[in-house]
Amino acid sequence: MLFPDLVKLTTSSFLSYRMRSFLTGLGIAIGITAVILLTSIGEGLHQFVLSEFSQFGTNIITIQPGKTKTHGGNVGVFGSVRPLSLEDADALRHLPYVENVNPSVMGNAEVRANGKTRRTTVLGEGRDFAKAFTMKVQSGSFWTDEDNEQARAFVVLGAKVNQELFAGQNPLGSYLRVGGQRYRVIGVMESKGQILGFDMDDIVIIPAARAMELLNRSGLIEMQVSYRASADVNAVIRSITERLKDRHGSEDFTIISQEQALDVLSSVLDVITFAVGALGGISLLVGAVGILTIMTMAVTERTSEIGLLRALGARERQVLALFLGEAMLLSALGGLAGLALGVGIAQGLHLLFPALPVHTPWLFAVLAELSAVTIGLAAGVAPAMRAARLDPVEALHAE
Amino acid sequence: MIRLEKVSRSFTVGDQQVAALRGIDLNIAAGDYVSIMGPSGSGKSTLLNLIGLLDRPSSGAYRLDGGDVTALTDEQQARVRSEKVGFVFQAFHLVPRLTAAMNIELPLILAGIPPAERKTRVAQLLENYGLTDRADHRPDQLSGGQRQRVAIARATSMHPAVLLADEPTGNLDQTTGKEVMNLLEQLVEQKVALILVTHDPALGGRAARQIHMVDGQIVRDTGRST
Repeated sequence: MLFPDLVKLTTSSFLSYRMRSFLTGLGIAIGITAVILLTSIGEGLHQFVLSEFSQFGTNIITIQPGKTKTHGGNVGVFGSVRPLSLEDADALRHLPYVENVNPSVMGNAEVRANGKTRRTTVLGEGRDFAKAFTMKVQSGSFWTDEDNEQARAFVVLGAKVNQELFAGQNPLGSYLRVGGQRYRVIGVMESKGQILGFDMDDIVIIPAARAMELLNRSGLIEMQVSYRASADVNAVIRSITERLKDRHGSEDFTIISQEQALDVLSSVLDVITFAVGALGGISLLVGAVGILTIMTMAVTERTSEIGLLRALGARERQVLALFLGEAMLLSALGGLAGLALGVGIAQGLHLLFPALPVHTPWLFAVLAELSAVTIGLAAGVAPAMRAARLDPVEALHAE
Repeated sequence: MIRLEKVSRSFTVGDQQVAALRGIDLNIAAGDYVSIMGPSGSGKSTLLNLIGLLDRPSSGAYRLDGGDVTALTDEQQARVRSEKVGFVFQAFHLVPRLTAAMNIELPLILAGIPPAERKTRVAQLLENYGLTDRADHRPDQLSGGQRQRVAIARATSMHPAVLLADEPTGNLDQTTGKEVMNLLEQLVEQKVALILVTHDPALGGRAARQIHMVDGQIVRDTGRST
């Protein structure tokens, strides 16, 4: 039997039971819709979270004081470990592939200007802060010289602080009090909005050396090292580790590369996507039971036709192929309908709720259709085998 | 061409062995017209199924065109059925969702004949059996006589050597029954062996050779061919 004839014959029985074929295909379609819809949302979330985390660039390595052991978190500045100092940061600047090193301190202080007072987050950073995090300065600039002993009293404002304290005026050159000390405004950051709950606009940025003094801290909270994108992250980590071990005498710090952190996060999100997909897969199983039922009925109803085919010279394998073909046709068409529905609903949801990220990778669509056909095949095997093994004489005389 | 030697067939019903055929010896040559008659349960349908390779004898030998066909695998038997045997049934056995033309084409499709050749053969058969204007009708849009003509066209589409007809006029009225018999008898002139199973003596009487069966045995054979 030639393949086009197989298709023609299976299609003819598919079409002769329109309603039944439609309902059986619908079972598979609903299953595929559920799988596609859930994985689309899962994948959308995945991409959303990753982009939130990677918007500062992915070639960043973070160094924190204290060594993370198996559990208990890192002891940070409260432990008895040696803190990271500004000199540590300077020592890393000349390592190969390193582009920027940013020492970082964070705290909270009152800022005052134009007779207005506001409590805000104070970031103590290095001059390359904006470069290292690929953030933009809207007007003015960062300080250019960095003197650890006598850092100058410069401040760069977050967009919101600027808006609140200097609404409508040009703040550059004005003075601002941070925790009682006078700072000259030399730049304003471009608005960045909230990132995972932290308002990136409600900040003021001052040199790290001054922030340590202001906030009364003996060490940095962390350092960020950005390296050339072409460099091997592990080589960079190795050279940083060696350098700091030389200075500290032991490995009393923790190095986290953004790339590794993103990998871990990504694999966690993959598991979530897979889990919701598997949940949708349960409804696909129900669809498979539908195909099994219909094919079992079809074999019973068409027993005498099977006998006839055998009498006309059909081999067992041809009968098997005809019934398997029918089961696969049902599931393949149901799967295609489910793909269309799933993608349609996902995009519709996205239009209704723009905050809900959805994304359907091609691979998922192809995999879903393949699994639909496989399920049809699996559900069709038992009935098709029964059809093929019927005794021709008994089958012919069945009513 | 057909040679049965001491062929027996028994079935197990419950825990009892029931013999449907007991030691049948039968020779049928190409172009023979044979009717098999007998009361129901005499084994005539079982004999027909055996000759058509739908069933296997419990013992005995069956040679078709010189070769022993009882030893063939299911697959090989299907091939022999496809190439040498045509069936015509009392209940027509047309596939209800296929058109008359597709029903006739079915054996050719199963045998894997290329579409171009199938098309000419089917067109020829439709014309031979006066069905050209019914080609696209489904079986439920055809009269009984037309349905049996489709079935005969289908049975002859692979140019079989043997045509097995089991009560071919059983579901037809007198006039159409006669027409159908005329069509079948024309095939005998083309050297097809026609084997007709019936319990209607008038119908069976038309055959050149008549075989009567009782209880799984041949009790009378009007002519023996060698």
